[in-house]
Amino acid sequence: MTGVVIADYGVGNIFSVYHAFEAVGADATVTTDPALLRSADRLVIPGVGDFSNCMERLSRLGFRDEMLAFIQTGRPLLGICVGMQMLFETSAENGPTPGLGLIPGDVVRVPEAGVDGVRLKLPNTGWCSIDPPAPDTWRGSVLADLKPGDAMYFMHSYVPDVHDPADVLATLSFHGHRLTAAVRRDNLTGVQFHPERSARTGLSLLARFAAI
Amino acid sequence: MERIEPIEAGGKSLRLVARLDVKGPNLIKGIHLEGLRVIGDPGEHARRYYEQGCDELIYMDAVASLYGRNNLLDIVRDTARHCFVPITVGGGIRSEEDADALLRSGADKVAVNTAATERPALISALANRFGSQAVVLSVEAKRRPGTAGKQWEALTNNGRDHSGRDVVAWASEAIALGAGEILVTSVDQEGTRKGFDVDLMTAVCDAVNVPVIASGGMGSMADLAALTRAASVDGVAIADMLHYKRATFDDIRAACNASAVPVRQVA
Repeated sequence: MTGVVIADYGVGNIFSVYHAFEAVGADATVTTDPALLRSADRLVIPGVGDFSNCMERLSRLGFRDEMLAFIQTGRPLLGICVGMQMLFETSAENGPTPGLGLIPGDVVRVPEAGVDGVRLKLPNTGWCSIDPPAPDTWRGSVLADLKPGDAMYFMHSYVPDVHDPADVLATLSFHGHRLTAAVRRDNLTGVQFHPERSARTGLSLLARFAAI
Repeated sequence: MERIEPIEAGGKSLRLVARLDVKGPNLIKGIHLEGLRVIGDPGEHARRYYEQGCDELIYMDAVASLYGRNNLLDIVRDTARHCFVPITVGGGIRSEEDADALLRSGADKVAVNTAATERPALISALANRFGSQAVVLSVEAKRRPGTAGKQWEALTNNGRDHSGRDVVAWASEAIALGAGEILVTSVDQEGTRKGFDVDLMTAVCDAVNVPVIASGGMGSMADLAALTRAASVDGVAIADMLHYKRATFDDIRAACNASAVPVRQVA
């Protein structure tokens, strides 16, 4: 397998993402040069911290235009955490802040109370079980090797509100709420959790992505 | 394996965290954070705990504050290459640059204590730059004499110095400044195997709305069950039981399953 390019635009756990791909035998490259995206077989957009900061850096460093061109060609892209959130239309974090508008929906704050009214702790930090919206949804996706209920590591206070249910790849249960854990639309895949920090279940996702 | 539903509606499990205190090149373990004994190589231990299925790792540089710097960069870098679970690193972090160096070396979160008690604005600076999810307040709590065990002072420099701050008030202040998680170490219980300071953990959990990791005193599985019955902690940091090979993560998970404490199921 060849060619996973990880965009280093100054945010995100690049080091861990790179070594996680390395651990599953993928040929991964970290680049600060947006022009390298043109020759990438697959593109990974990491991201942590503040949404508007990520968007600003992505644009200023020239990754935004190259990323959009890459997507046009139909090659696979994986967005991780804020790297996934940026695929949506807006984020409410310090916002509203415009995103890339590639997937219909808005990034909203994780509910601060459970359906039973109990006040919840944010950020949502820890291992959460993820589930497919329908039994067959994961077939052919990066989650194909997982089983419903497998756990991934989350570390977030915002989450996408996806407008088209067909784009939802996985959900998590959060105190009675169903939140979006992963999305897929055409050649775009995005995960709210951190596969590079999710032990064997996360590595399985990355191995699948590298082999798409 | 049968899927076990977490008992809480959140669907989130208790994080089982391996805590590794480090002095120079060595993994060490003390009692009340003192009398440090050398256990072995930190990286080897971290890797073993990862392979056993730990949920998370904490590295704490035990003498960093004294020397004004964290010496863990190489150890963190090596660990992050092999261990694909979140890594929190603390000890001697005094600036955004210190935190940036660690986060760029594979740490997911940085834990601050001494420098933050001296300059609380450090917490907001770190949270603004790296996000609250990456900023952990590490509190070393010691019972105040004469308060019937219901008040605690935050110590600094790995339990050596007094900050004068009340633990619960300080935790609340740190969250207002942007800390996204609290690691609470009971200096009284640490290394004693006599159980967690349940009153302390309950007091902190009741006061804050971010995740709380309880550290110090786990002597048996019963201690863990007793803690989670009383306090809404999000994780437990385990050191002595692991380092002295009194239990593996399989043992701990099995015990949690038997007492209906929700934990991640590792196939």
